[in-house]
This record gives sequence, C-alpha cells and structure tokens, in this order.
Amino acid sequence: MRLTIKNVSHRYDQVEALRDIDLTIEPGEVVALIGPSGCGKSTLLSIIGGMLAPTSGEVLIDDQAKPEGCLNPLTYVFQDFALLPWRTVAGNISLVLEDHPLSRAERDARIEEVLAQTNLSDFRDAFPKQLSGGMKQRVGIARALAVRPAVLLMDEPLSALDAQTRILLLDEFSDLFARTGMTAVYVTHNLNEAVRLAHRVVALRRRPGTIKEIHSIDIPIQDRREGLPELVAHEGALWNLIRDEAIAADKELENVA
Amino acid sequence: MSRDVANSSSENADNKVRFRATGFNPKANPVAAWASFVVVIVLWQLGSSTGFISDLAMPSPVAVAEALWKLIVSGDLWRHLGASLQRLAVGWILGTVAGLVVGFMVGMFTWARSPGVALVSALFPIPKIALLPLFIIWFGIGEPSKFATIAFGVFFPTVINTFGGVDNVARNLIRMGQSFDMPMWSVIRKIILPGALPTILSGFRISSSIAIILLIAAEMIGAQYGIGALILAAGQLYQTDQLIAGVVVLSLLGLCVSWLLGRLDRWLLGWR
Ligand SMILES: Nc1ncnc2c1ncn2[C@@H]1O[C@H](COP(=O)(O)OP(=O)(O)OP(=O)(O)O)[C@@H](O)[C@H]1O
Ligand SMILES: [Mg+2]
Repeated sequence: MRLTIKNVSHRYDQVEALRDIDLTIEPGEVVALIGPSGCGKSTLLSIIGGMLAPTSGEVLIDDQAKPEGCLNPLTYVFQDFALLPWRTVAGNISLVLEDHPLSRAERDARIEEVLAQTNLSDFRDAFPKQLSGGMKQRVGIARALAVRPAVLLMDEPLSALDAQTRILLLDEFSDLFARTGMTAVYVTHNLNEAVRLAHRVVALRRRPGTIKEIHSIDIPIQDRREGLPELVAHEGALWNLIRDEAIAADKELENVA
Repeated sequence: MSRDVANSSSENADNKVRFRATGFNPKANPVAAWASFVVVIVLWQLGSSTGFISDLAMPSPVAVAEALWKLIVSGDLWRHLGASLQRLAVGWILGTVAGLVVGFMVGMFTWARSPGVALVSALFPIPKIALLPLFIIWFGIGEPSKFATIAFGVFFPTVINTFGGVDNVARNLIRMGQSFDMPMWSVIRKIILPGALPTILSGFRISSSIAIILLIAAEMIGAQYGIGALILAAGQLYQTDQLIAGVVVLSLLGLCVSWLLGRLDRWLLGWR
C-alpha cells in the first residue's frame, strides 16, 4: 500500500509544527522518522494515521493493495502500549476484532495466530499489570497484527522499555519486517533503531518541522546485525545530520506545556 | 574517602548505624478491632450498672438489647425497616440512574459540558432536605416526596463522580480505540465505561451515605413507619432504650450497605 503525504502543514495555536511535508512511502518500505525533540514527528505520524487533521495538505492512501483480511489499514503501535488493564492479553486483542463481522472461530483463530507470532501463547489469560514492559509491547504488536494492517505506524515503540528488553524487541521487529515485508512508519529518537529497521530514514528539522534530508540504507533488513560497520557508518552520518538541531533543542526553554 | 588513602584510624570505635525509618506505618490488627468493641460495651455496661451513667440519659447495653429484641418479636422492627429499605432502594436507584446518564453526557459531549457543570455546581450545595417541603407540595406527604428527596440528594454526587471518572479515563486508551476504528458505542461501552467504573463505584459509597442521612431526615419530618420515625417517636416518649436500638439498627444498615458495595467492587474491579 502506498502512502502519499502531500504538502502537509500543521500548526498548533502558537507553534508551527510542520511545514510543507512531501513524502511518499512505498509498499513494503520501512521509513524511520528521526529528529530532535519537538520537531513534529508524532504530529506527522498522527496526521498519517488520520488521528489529527492537518491545517493544510492531505495524506493519500492507495487502496488497491490491501492485504487479505485487512480490517484496519493504518494501525498504530503505541509508546505507552495503550492496553486495557481490565482485559486479558487475549481480550485486548479481541477488542479490536469484535466490531468486525468475523465469526467466533475466525476471531479466535486470528488471536491464536498473532499470539503465536509474538510468543505470547502462554500469556493469553494474563492481565497487563502482570506483564513486563516488553511483554506489554508484544501485546501491542500482536493487537496491531491481528487486524492485518497495511501500514504499521509506530511512535517510539521501544522508548518506554529498559535497555535489555529494547535489544530483544528490536531484533523481533527486524525479524517481523524482514519476514512479512510490512510497510511501516517508525518514529524514534534512537539512531541505532533507525538504521537497523528502516529502508529510508527521514530526518526532520524543527520550528517549523520540515524534511532536512532523506537517507537511504540499502542493506536488506535481514542482513543487518548489531555493530555491522556499514550500519555504524550510517548511524554516524545521521548523527552528524541532526547533531546541531539536537543541541539547539536541548538548550531551548520549553514554552508549550 | 578514597580507598588509596591509608586508613590510619582503623582502631577508632565503629558505631552501629542507627535504624531511623521507624513509625508512620500502622498495621491492621483484627483482634484489636473486635476487642475495642468489647471494651467499650463492657465499660458502658459497668457505668450503667454502677449508676455512673444515668439510665434516662443513656440506657445500658442490656436494656438496648432488650428493646431491640422486643422490636424484633413484635414485628415492629420489620415494618419500620421494610419501609426504610424500600425508600432507600427506590430513591437511591432513581438518583443513581439519572446521575449516571447525566454524568456520562457531561463527561462526553461538549454541548452538555458547560451547562451541566454550571447547573450541578449551583444546585449541589443546597442541603436537599430543605427541598422536602417543596416535594411534599408537589408529590404529597406519601412516599414519592421521600423518594424524590433521596434521589435528588444522590443525583448530584453521582453526576460529579461520573463525569470525573469519565474525564479520568486515559485519553490514550480512547485514541487507541478510535485508531482501530472502533464505533463510538463500542468505545463508550468497552473503554469509557469500565475505565470510569472505579471512580463511579467509590462515588456509590458517598451517595449511599447521603441517601441514608436524607432517608432518616425525611422520615423524621413526616412518616408513620421507618427507622427515622421510630427513633423520633421513641425520643418523644423518652424511651431512650428504643431510641438507641433504632440507632444501632442504622449502624448495622450502614455496615450492610458498605459490605454490599465492597462485594460489588470486588466483583466488577477484580482486574485491579
Ligand atoms: N496538542 C498540542 N498543542 C500545542 N502544541 C503542541 C501539541 N502537541 C505538540 N505540540 C508542539 O508541536 C511541536 C511538535 O510536537 P511533536 O509532539 O509532534 O514533536 P515530536 O517530534 O514527536 O517530539 P518528541 O520527540 O519529544 O516526541 C512541539 O513543539 C510541541 O510542543
Ligand atoms: Mg513524539
């Protein structure tokens, strides 16, 4: 499924968050959005998924190539997991299937399938509060996969996790993208995540948020390993790209609550 | 202090580090809880038996128990209690249902928000018992005016709690539901309602105690039967044993209500 972001600008009352963003996301492509704090990454991701109406411009989605059984083409994975504490793991996944015309058997089959994919089968009846952060995010992934999304929209999905869990989940994401050829937009602060997962890394600059540079990484995702020299080089290049902005962002006083 | 600095004073007396985090951590002790009841009742009985507490001012526990027993065997207690429970149930349910509906609307819809909050803020501080005479004019001296008083008293705290609960449902969960294209009714039923439930249930504790207060007040103003009427009549005849027996029944009633609400909590909020 191709996503075309056309001339998107957005302003919050005082702040011009995004200006004239043009970007096309090709089917099967993983695009990482990076940039300093406050450059509008989350804003752009919300606009892409239809959770925020841009001040001007539009996002087009080419409906031809939806995956089979797709119930929700643009599907988010959240930084804070957004799981219902009163539902079990299976119940949280079931939640997003219940409003679709699926038979009980189909629904249960989908739940089993995504639980197996995310190694959660043993946890199906656990409540979120019983799970570690990493497990919660796996539930978030399982829930997203259950609707067979065309595009995964992920806003810093690893940043609420501890460093070790992050490494584990990063490997799992990389497997997922390599195996399924999923289209995804992945917002992150972490350049290492960006170079491990993305075909293209879009660096934004701030105030107003505009695209500074698009950086392509031509190594197939399944061949990328931690510490691979080419990846380290890409990471260095990206850091040089956003370094000055990051310093400026760090020094700025926050005037918006 | 660096390791590299030779420790020249190793023979200095080592003082044990004093434990400082004492207190501020009371623990539950069920034996002490029951024992305190026994002690109070025994002291009270002793005071009465020795004549230290005048019988007219405060009957002895034994006299209260006797009065209670008489009320039970004569069947009077059930007549009074039945009338009270019925008023309590009808009034509380009416007020709660209306309060939940209005609370949800105020919590969810812009059009209901400001008018709702304004009206509730203006009417909430009125002591509802002050409106009983008005309700008597509207509905007559019988049951409906009592239902209305209780319902009215229950309505406002329920509205406030409900919309507070709805407000407190994590925005990110609602957005999650919307991002999966859940229909509005599903978002309300599966996300907002359960998310607001803990606050709503704790509101039930407040509204039920308000309901009991209004029930007794309304029964004292004009009722033939009811615990409030029983207490008032006993007082007018200086039958303090019966009066205290009525108060004991009220205390038990309050305990029952709070036990029921505790069960409801555990049943509905087991996930916490
Ligand atoms: N609801 C809002 N109201 C007003 N201003 C907002 C709102 N949300 C974001 N902003 C402002 O818009 C700008 C972009 O915000 P956004 O959250 O998209 O940045 P971000 O790149 O995701 O930042 P971070 O890396 O910290 O997550 C920031 O300056 C922020 O202060
Ligand atoms: Mg963000």
